Amino acid sequence: MTAYLLKRLAIAIATLVLASMVVFAVLEVLPGDPARLMLGLNASADQVELLRNQMGLNAPLGLRYLRWAGGLLSLDFGRSYTYSVPVIDLVRERLAVSLPLALIALALSTIIAIPVGLFSASRRGRAGDTVAMGAAQLGVAVPNFWFALMLIYVFAVWLRLVPAGGFPGWGAGVWPALKSLLLPAVALALPQAAILARVTRSALIEVLNEDYIRTARAKGLPYRAVLWRHALRNAMIPVLTILGLQFAFLLAGTIIIENVFYLPGLGRLVFQAITQRDLIVVESVVMLLVAAVIAVNLVVDLSYAVVDPRLRSRQ
Amino acid sequence: MSLLEIDNLSLTIGDTPILKDMELSVAPGEVMGLVGESGSGKSMTALTVMRLLPHAARATGRVSFDGIDVLAASEDQMCALRGDDIGMVFQEPMTALNPVKTIGEQVAEGIRWHTRASRADAEERARKMLDRVGLPSAKFPLSRYPHELSGGQRQRVVIAIACALKPKLLIADEPTTALDVVLQAQILDLLRDLVAESRMGLLLISHDLAVVTEIADRITILRRGEVMEAGDTARTLSEQSHPYTRQLAQASMHVPARARPHGAASGQALLQVESVTRDYPGRRTSLLRRAPVIRAVDDVSLSMTPGQSIALVGRSGCGKSTLARMILALDRPSSGTIRFRGETITGKREAELKPARRDMQVVFQDPYGSFDPRQKVEKLVAEPLHVLEKKPTRAERREMVAHALHEVGLDQRDMEKYPHEFSGGQRQRLSIARAIITRPKLVVADEPVSALDVSIRAQILDLFAELNQKLGIAYLFITHDLTVARAITDDVLVMHDGKIVERGKTNEVFDHPRSEAAQALVTAAPDLHRAIARRMQEQG
Repeated sequence: MTAYLLKRLAIAIATLVLASMVVFAVLEVLPGDPARLMLGLNASADQVELLRNQMGLNAPLGLRYLRWAGGLLSLDFGRSYTYSVPVIDLVRERLAVSLPLALIALALSTIIAIPVGLFSASRRGRAGDTVAMGAAQLGVAVPNFWFALMLIYVFAVWLRLVPAGGFPGWGAGVWPALKSLLLPAVALALPQAAILARVTRSALIEVLNEDYIRTARAKGLPYRAVLWRHALRNAMIPVLTILGLQFAFLLAGTIIIENVFYLPGLGRLVFQAITQRDLIVVESVVMLLVAAVIAVNLVVDLSYAVVDPRLRSRQ
Repeated sequence: MSLLEIDNLSLTIGDTPILKDMELSVAPGEVMGLVGESGSGKSMTALTVMRLLPHAARATGRVSFDGIDVLAASEDQMCALRGDDIGMVFQEPMTALNPVKTIGEQVAEGIRWHTRASRADAEERARKMLDRVGLPSAKFPLSRYPHELSGGQRQRVVIAIACALKPKLLIADEPTTALDVVLQAQILDLLRDLVAESRMGLLLISHDLAVVTEIADRITILRRGEVMEAGDTARTLSEQSHPYTRQLAQASMHVPARARPHGAASGQALLQVESVTRDYPGRRTSLLRRAPVIRAVDDVSLSMTPGQSIALVGRSGCGKSTLARMILALDRPSSGTIRFRGETITGKREAELKPARRDMQVVFQDPYGSFDPRQKVEKLVAEPLHVLEKKPTRAERREMVAHALHEVGLDQRDMEKYPHEFSGGQRQRLSIARAIITRPKLVVADEPVSALDVSIRAQILDLFAELNQKLGIAYLFITHDLTVARAITDDVLVMHDGKIVERGKTNEVFDHPRSEAAQALVTAAPDLHRAIARRMQEQG
């Protein structure tokens, strides 16, 4: 188990270093001089050169990478060209929205998907399964912003239970903040839950055909007990894989939903930074997401080992 | 009074009839053997008694167990019976246990469920049961996982699960078919003891007449869902009054007619294996230390002449398949050399191996798994042709496939079909057709008949014998079934722990085994003649 853990950790760190090099290199070859961008078109060549020296842009490539990577480690991401504030402050502010949003959506998706998957798999081919999987098909096919608009119409406009958009900030109290994240989280969770329910169902159906399910039935366990005790855990590996991918998506791929609900999340930050060529911000957020995805993958890998003892003893 | 009584049982799945007017009974302390070929409805009979049939199955008639009408009982009543009064053991021990739960959990689970015992009490009983089936706590603590156990050990765990609550009836569906003969003998002994200990009834399902004869008091012979004959084992099998019983008995002892081996005179050896060793890295115990070496094949030498038929026998895990893979140049020896028709094949690159590949082919055990289901027979049988010097034209290829199909007794029109359109025996014919299409000098056959029913097995053995005579192909037969080895080979090599421990003429070695490994194999191998004789003696 320790060997497995150490190996996974080493792979995660190596991936992170490699990814940081790629991100740095890509931004290095992109056209556009940050110093000129900051000083404007009227600045003289001398002024630009001076600022380049001040910013350390004339240093050798390797040194610049090390400085940049070192900065990342001490959470110093540099200053945004357009906002003129430390990038870390911008990111921190946006993460306060995006992280809770992603976690709530992920939790909702899991809570909906696993029971639906269990229900469908145990009634394979019967009416209940057909209805549930038809609904899941719809959930996969319909874009999440449409769900979002319907949710706003029903819960915000018609029932007036939650605000239609905007984010009051955590300073305004936990409940109001949570309330404004609820609809976007549901809108994000529904399509993800649909995918996850289908994965859970097919993984379970495969497991239910295994011989050890018959052994468990021959012990005298009722079908439901067999489903929960023997089938579910064996079906977890594909489910965990999809969950990991979904978390990464939910953290950064939510720009449409953020726009629909006027939420100041990471997605909008990146989008604005790209349109304004604020490369420092883009670079930092990309690195942050890379780190998050690698961390999630590490957690998923470790949870495989928790679920399946065969992985623990393998090298 | 009978413990289990099946009367007029008919079963259909969808529109397919499976059982028709089936009759069978098992008394307490009695062993009933249920014999039949695949698809005869043996397993479905067992699943009917357990009421674990597929959804589409419809059963009519009467199944009564200990006074309970099984077909009419509620699901709750059945759950109370299963695992408590009726235990069941399945064929495939490798997949019968849940891979993510410890063996302790899996044995204790049924005990806790039925007796509401505390975890500690249930685990204590599970411990005793595992000790009883021969898995002592020193080597097999409750915390072991199934993947850490071998096939025979796993089957013991399955038996422990089934017998944990001292059931009145144990149903064992081909419990030893996936195991080698030595393990098979051990498991049969264990079942026999469990029956004697608590007057448990045992319904033993098998396709192997010899196995059933060794252990069953009475026997029921099933064919296409109908009982052909039932009665006392010794009498039924010695009198063989029913034609189907006679057919089964003869097929299981079938020896193909073969003239004397050919070509033994020709001087040059076909295959020479010289001091071949194969090491695999074992499991590392520490990151810093080097992994210990597992020696799968240990200093093996052998030679074959053209047209010779040799059996390589041994228990599972003794290294026979590893040796075969090296001979086929699918794996490289750690040391030693292999020469085929005088050419060294060890350490050669793939392109240089083409001539050798043309002259040796392989037939695998599983006729179901060795074909791509989406390709037509023409393409499948023609697969080895890519090693030919000159690529055949499409017409030539069809001609060669047609010829090969004809040689194995199939029709040339079969080349337009897909593998699923063939029965198990026909599929094994297809794999033989694929093996002989390049006119090889050597065919390596890895358990080529062990997945087949006895009557089909007899036909396939005849085919092997015929091709040996007609085409002069040499065979290396890898098997743990001594009956097969006796039937088809002249010489035998007995392998144990990676070494060849005995060699000689097949009949001589099996009649008078000298090495311990060969003796163990011969003693454990079920033999129908011997088993019937012993039964007759016991019953006077």
